[in-house]
Amino acid sequence: MTPPSTAAEVETAAREVVGRHDPGTVPRAELFGALYDAGLAWVHHPVGLGGLGLSRGLQTVVDGVVTDAGGDRMFAVNPIGYGMGAPTVVEYCADRELVARWLRPLATGEEIWCQLFSEPGAGSDVAGLTTSAVPDGDGWVINGQKVWTTLAHVARWGMLVARTDPDLPKHRGLTYFVIDMTQPGVEVRPLRQMTGQAEFNEVYLHDARVLDAHRLGDVGAGWRVAITTLMNERTAIGGVTGRRSSGVIGEALGLWRANPDRQTAVLRDRLARLWTRAETHRLTLVRAGRTATEGRPGPEGSVSKLVGAELNQDVYEFCMDLLGPDALLYDDYEIRPDPGSTLQQRFLRSRANTIEGGTSEVMRNILGERVLGLPGEPRSDSDRPWKEVPRG
Amino acid sequence: MAEQAEFTVTEEQRELRTALHRFCERAHDEATVRRLMASDDGFDRALWARLGGELGALSLAVPEELGGAGGTVVDQAVAAEELGAALVTGPLLGTVGLAIPALVAAPASGTRDALLADLAAGTRTGALVAGLFAPYDGATAAAVTAAGGTLSGEIGHVPDAAAADVLLVAADGPDGPVLACVEPGVPGVTVTGRGSLDPTRRIARVRLDGAAGTVLATGDDADRALQHAFRTAGALLAAEQVGIAARLLELTVGYATQRWQFGRPIGSFQAVKHRLADMLVGVEQARTAALHAAWAIVDPRLDDPDLAVAIAQATCSEVAYRAAADTVQLHGGIGFTWEHPAHLYYKRAIADAALLGSAEEYRERIAAAVLDTLPDDLAVPRVATG
Ligand SMILES: Cc1cc2nc3c(=O)[nH]c(=O)nc-3n(C[C@H](O)[C@H](O)[C@H](O)COP(=O)(O)OP(=O)(O)OC[C@H]3O[C@@H](n4cnc5c(N)ncnc54)[C@H](O)[C@@H]3O)c2cc1C
Repeated sequence: MTPPSTAAEVETAAREVVGRHDPGTVPRAELFGALYDAGLAWVHHPVGLGGLGLSRGLQTVVDGVVTDAGGDRMFAVNPIGYGMGAPTVVEYCADRELVARWLRPLATGEEIWCQLFSEPGAGSDVAGLTTSAVPDGDGWVINGQKVWTTLAHVARWGMLVARTDPDLPKHRGLTYFVIDMTQPGVEVRPLRQMTGQAEFNEVYLHDARVLDAHRLGDVGAGWRVAITTLMNERTAIGGVTGRRSSGVIGEALGLWRANPDRQTAVLRDRLARLWTRAETHRLTLVRAGRTATEGRPGPEGSVSKLVGAELNQDVYEFCMDLLGPDALLYDDYEIRPDPGSTLQQRFLRSRANTIEGGTSEVMRNILGERVLGLPGEPRSDSDRPWKEVPRG
Repeated sequence: MAEQAEFTVTEEQRELRTALHRFCERAHDEATVRRLMASDDGFDRALWARLGGELGALSLAVPEELGGAGGTVVDQAVAAEELGAALVTGPLLGTVGLAIPALVAAPASGTRDALLADLAAGTRTGALVAGLFAPYDGATAAAVTAAGGTLSGEIGHVPDAAAADVLLVAADGPDGPVLACVEPGVPGVTVTGRGSLDPTRRIARVRLDGAAGTVLATGDDADRALQHAFRTAGALLAAEQVGIAARLLELTVGYATQRWQFGRPIGSFQAVKHRLADMLVGVEQARTAALHAAWAIVDPRLDDPDLAVAIAQATCSEVAYRAAADTVQLHGGIGFTWEHPAHLYYKRAIADAALLGSAEEYRERIAAAVLDTLPDDLAVPRVATG
């Protein structure tokens, strides 16, 4: 059988896999494994690495077939691994066997990935990070502290950026690794969020080891690799195209319908405005998918990350206003590892949308400088050795 | 066209864009806009004829057998964006937005075919005498009465009417809606130009006192023709608004890079940079909405065309106006002068936002279409109960 190449063929192939592995009855890992083997995990990946070498936009066809049949989106199961880890290892790891070894359990959700970028002293300014990697035999020894690390408590692998040369200016002294999170020397402590839950963590690295074979890109070239992850993060966060009136705006519509006594003309206008914004955002993602002839994430990722984040917040604020006094009820602030499922929890959670994956201020800087070509701000840190730059 | 996925851009469309861009740069620059807006007719007939004949930019959505290019509203929207960006002063809304689509959708007749050919070629210009400052509504669009072959009534705001060679009239007849055409020179027709806030697009008052007209369509045919005209004009006006916003973004980015204060280009200040980033976001959303409206008119399986036009109008009116206001602001004092082009765009933007109905009126349509008819089985989110 010739491999699928058109949208219709991809759809047929996906239906075939879903038919043999009914999402309602087989374990998730089995279905996702079969999709990986059929090249439907990331259709744009090379054959043998969960893909078919097709255009990235066709993945939505597969996702649609899987979710229509009641399956999960792969992104939802292992978001950081699926959306950011996979594209980074495919682009920067030359050892294809190792890539395959990483990707299949990543796609099935059996091995969760996390992203060890942010540190207490380096958030928006990720390139200013302190965590060190020192060569040692066939690998490296890592020391430092990471923070806000989503899913670190369940992760098998972490994408880690560490400083390998403090004497160079900050962007040039960084190297990128994939680190085993289950080894001694990696200590993960839950960090509680304003919702009461703990989806993210602090990670302490004490003489943790990483094989040199697990380095992505050259020594000192870690920033370039990190950019791949960050660009994919923005595309992944901003870019979920569901059906019209689905997702967050769908929740608002459901709430509106269920509360006829609280409907007013003012709220109706607000909801119509939000619906229109949600719809143009959704259609813009469709458009971006159609116009992206190649798979590399471009500025649309940053645009949709910014728009999606602010839209989520505004929709949840609307929901809270619509609910009135009921909005003030909260079931419990017990600490849990999951994101929570009530509207009030999601309302609180939405405050993170304009911080995680790059703050909205940083997104606007990126759009202004990288897309519009506006001049950068005067800076004092780019040419000085990292160790001489003030931090706080 | 229908087999092509929505939002794909053809090679022909790219070429069309480039050709129009070049034409506007050479033949319709800012100096030309200023000269024409001070002229009697408000536009240049020879230039208009070139747009129609040489460039074929007026007849893109006219079928080939009727003398057009046989393209679609999407092609015409691509042109509208470019022409809007250059603030082309001519009866675009009246002729290309309204009159041509009304004729395309009207039943074939000798009068219609001849008129359509002339309007498409740019040898004559037209205007639609109807209630144009609201989204289409069959019950209220006609503001003139048709009786015994003559038309009577008055409409205070008709864009492009003063210099029009032919008036299409939406009338209310004894047996329902009527679409008729009237020569402005016949007895009983008074067209009075009125001072316009937007000097690049003129507004006139049209009075009909038992004027003789030729009926082009009646009943459902007339309603369908008018509805198609309003929809198409809505989509094309939205595309024009995208062109305006995109051009202003370009202009202001250029200025923010060249203008220095406090020892730095002003574009390096975040208060300025972030405003421009928001303008970019607006342009992207607006372009999506405008294109979607055009696509939905071409292929109604994609979306309800009226809803798509409402989304486009609600979105693009606000984006273009915001972009124009921010352009004035970010240019500082120079942005407030007569010499600088910012005010020309600002005036076009505020006028475009009112023509064919305001963003609020379209949002009301959206609310009626989406919120007032929600399905019963909509999932209600789980709300904590304490
Ligand atoms: C829910 C959640 C999950 C996360 N998950 C992960 C994860 O899995 N892995 C990971 O590595 N990180 C993760 N992060 C971290 C996230 O990427 C950072 O929080 C974010 O980049 C901002 O850094 P910061 O928190 O240090 O804030 P800071 O950088 O200190 O910013 C503080 C304020 O200053 C503003 N600011 C900073 N620099 C500028 C500038 N140049 N111009 C204008 N304003 C500026 C910011 O916008 C912000 O308002 C997560 C964060 C959250 C909230």
